[in-house]
Amino acid sequence: MNTQALFGQLLIGLINGSFYALLSLGLAVIFGLLNIINFAHGALYMLGAFVAYFLLEKLGLGYWWALAISPIVVGALGVVIERLMLSRLYKLDHLYGLLLTFGLALMIEGGFQHQFGSAGLPYSIPESLQGVQNLGFMYLPNYRAWVIVASIVICLATWFLIERTKLGAYLRAATENPTLVQAFGVNVPRMITLTYGLGVGLAALAGVFAAPIYQVSPQMGSSLIIVVFAVVVIGGMGSIMGSILTGFGLGIIEGLTKYFYPEASNTVIFVIMAIVLMIRPQGLFGQR
Amino acid sequence: MNERAYERNAFIVMFVVFAALPFVIYPNFGMQLLCFALFACAFNLLIGFGGLLSFGHAMFFGMGSYVGAYAASAWGWPIEAAILLGAATSLLLGVVSGFIAIRRQGIYFAMITLALAQMVYFFCVRAPFTGGENGIQGVKRSHLLGIVDLDNPLAMYYFVFAIFLASFGLIHRIIHSPFGQVLKSIRENEPRAISLGYRAERYKLAAFVMSATLAGLAGATKAMVAENASLTDVYWTMSGEVVLMTLLGGMGTVFGPVVGAVVIISMQSSSSSACSLSAAGSWARSRHGCGAGSRHDLSTST
Repeated sequence: MNTQALFGQLLIGLINGSFYALLSLGLAVIFGLLNIINFAHGALYMLGAFVAYFLLEKLGLGYWWALAISPIVVGALGVVIERLMLSRLYKLDHLYGLLLTFGLALMIEGGFQHQFGSAGLPYSIPESLQGVQNLGFMYLPNYRAWVIVASIVICLATWFLIERTKLGAYLRAATENPTLVQAFGVNVPRMITLTYGLGVGLAALAGVFAAPIYQVSPQMGSSLIIVVFAVVVIGGMGSIMGSILTGFGLGIIEGLTKYFYPEASNTVIFVIMAIVLMIRPQGLFGQR
Repeated sequence: MNERAYERNAFIVMFVVFAALPFVIYPNFGMQLLCFALFACAFNLLIGFGGLLSFGHAMFFGMGSYVGAYAASAWGWPIEAAILLGAATSLLLGVVSGFIAIRRQGIYFAMITLALAQMVYFFCVRAPFTGGENGIQGVKRSHLLGIVDLDNPLAMYYFVFAIFLASFGLIHRIIHSPFGQVLKSIRENEPRAISLGYRAERYKLAAFVMSATLAGLAGATKAMVAENASLTDVYWTMSGEVVLMTLLGGMGTVFGPVVGAVVIISMQSSSSSACSLSAAGSWARSRHGCGAGSRHDLSTST
C-alpha cells in the first residue's frame, strides 16, 4: 500500500470536506429560518473567490484582506438579494425560492462566463502560507493545513453562535415559530435578512479558501453545489453539527474512494445518498 | 369561449404552425424545436399535474439520447427501433430513480433528482459506450420502416412531427383521464387524497415514470435529428433549461411548455450568432461551452 498517496487523497478529501461543511452549514442555516434552498449558494461561493481575485488584481489587497472583505461584500449582496427578492416569496410554496435562486445562479454564472470565459484565473498562495511540512509519512502543504484548521474553527464558531449564544437562541426560536418570537419584540425580518447574509458570507469565505487551491473560474460553484445538495440530503437539515460532521465525513469518504477505487470517486456521494434515502429518508441527523 | 373550444382552437393553431414550419424556417431547426417542445411537455406532466419539481430530467433526456444514438450507430438498428429503445431505457431509469426520489417531497425531491442526474452524468463521462467528451457522432438516420428516406429533411421533419403529435395526444389523454384527476388531487392536497384511499406514492411514481419515458423519447429523437449524442444532453444545465421552458410557458397548462421551448431555443439560437449581451444570452452561450456544442452542429450541418 502506498501510504504517501493514501494520505494525499485523504488530505484532498479533508479539503473538499471543509468546503462541503462550510457550504452545507450555510444552506442549513438559511433553510432553517427562510425555508428556502439557496440554489445561488454555489454562484455566491464563486463570487467570493472572484472578489478575492479582484482585490488582488485591482487594489493590490492580498489574501488576508480578501478573507475579511470578500465575505462582507458578498454578504451585503446577499442582504440586498434577500430584501429585494426573496422576502417576497416567503408566503409561497418552497419551490419558488428554489427557482428564484436557481435563476440568480444562472445569471451570475452566465455573466461571469461572458466576461471572463471558462478558463480559470490563477490566484497564488499567500507568502506566509507557502511551503510544506514533512510529517514523516507525508508532505503537508502549509496552505492546505491552514484551510482545514480554519474551516473547522469557523464551523465550530458558527455552531457555538447558533447553539450556545443568546442570539442563536433567538434564531432557533424564530425557526420554530416566527410569529411568537416577533410577538416578544424581536425583529424577525431583520434577523432573517442577516441570517441570509451570514449564510452567504460563509459561502464567500469558502470561495476565498478555495481560490488558491482550485483556479478562480465561473463554473467552480455549479458542480460543487450539486454535491453539497447531496450532502445536505444525506445529513438532513435538522442540526448544525450534523451538517458539519456529514460534510467532513463525506469529504473523507470521497478521498478514500479516490485511492481505493478511483472510478467511483465522482459518484460515491450520490450512491451514499441513494442508500441513506432507502434506509433513513429524513437523513442521518434529520428529524421527521 | 369555454375551455374545450379554447383548447381545440389552440391545438389547431399549433398544428398548422408546426405543419407549415419547415417551409418557413430551416427544417433542422424546426425538428429541434419539436424535440425540446416534447421534452418540456413531458416535464410539465410531472410538475404541472403531479406538482413534483424534478431538477434531474436531463438524465432521462440524455440517456434516451445516448442509447438511441448507440443503437442506431453501433448496432445499426433502424431508426424507429433505436428511438423506442432510448425511451425504454429512460423508462427503466425512471423506475429506479423515481423509487428513490419519491421518498422525499418538495425541495428535497428537487435536490435528490438533481443529485441522481449528476450521478448519471458522471456515469456517462466514464462509460465506454458514450465516447466520453466526444459523445457519439455520425448517427445514421436510415430509412423509416425501411421505406421512407429520412435523409430528406422534410421527411425527417414530418416523422419528428408525428412523434411529437402522438406524444402530445398521449399526454393530453393522461391528464384528462381518471388517473390524471387523481394526480391533480394529490398535487392539491396529498393527505386528503390518501385519506380517500388513493396510494399517493404509486400515482406519483407512475407520473414520474411516464414523464421520464417521454423525456427519453424526446432525447432519442433529438439524437436522430442532431445525428449525435453528447454530454450536453445529460448535463444539469439541460435539466435547468427544461425547468425554464416550462415555467416561461406556464406550468400546468397544455400548450405553455411548447411555447416556452420555442422561445428558449430560438433565443439560444439567435444569441449564439448575434452575441447579445443580455443575461439570458450569456447563459445560453455559457451552456454551449459546457458540452460538445451539439446546438452548433445543428445549425451548421445540412
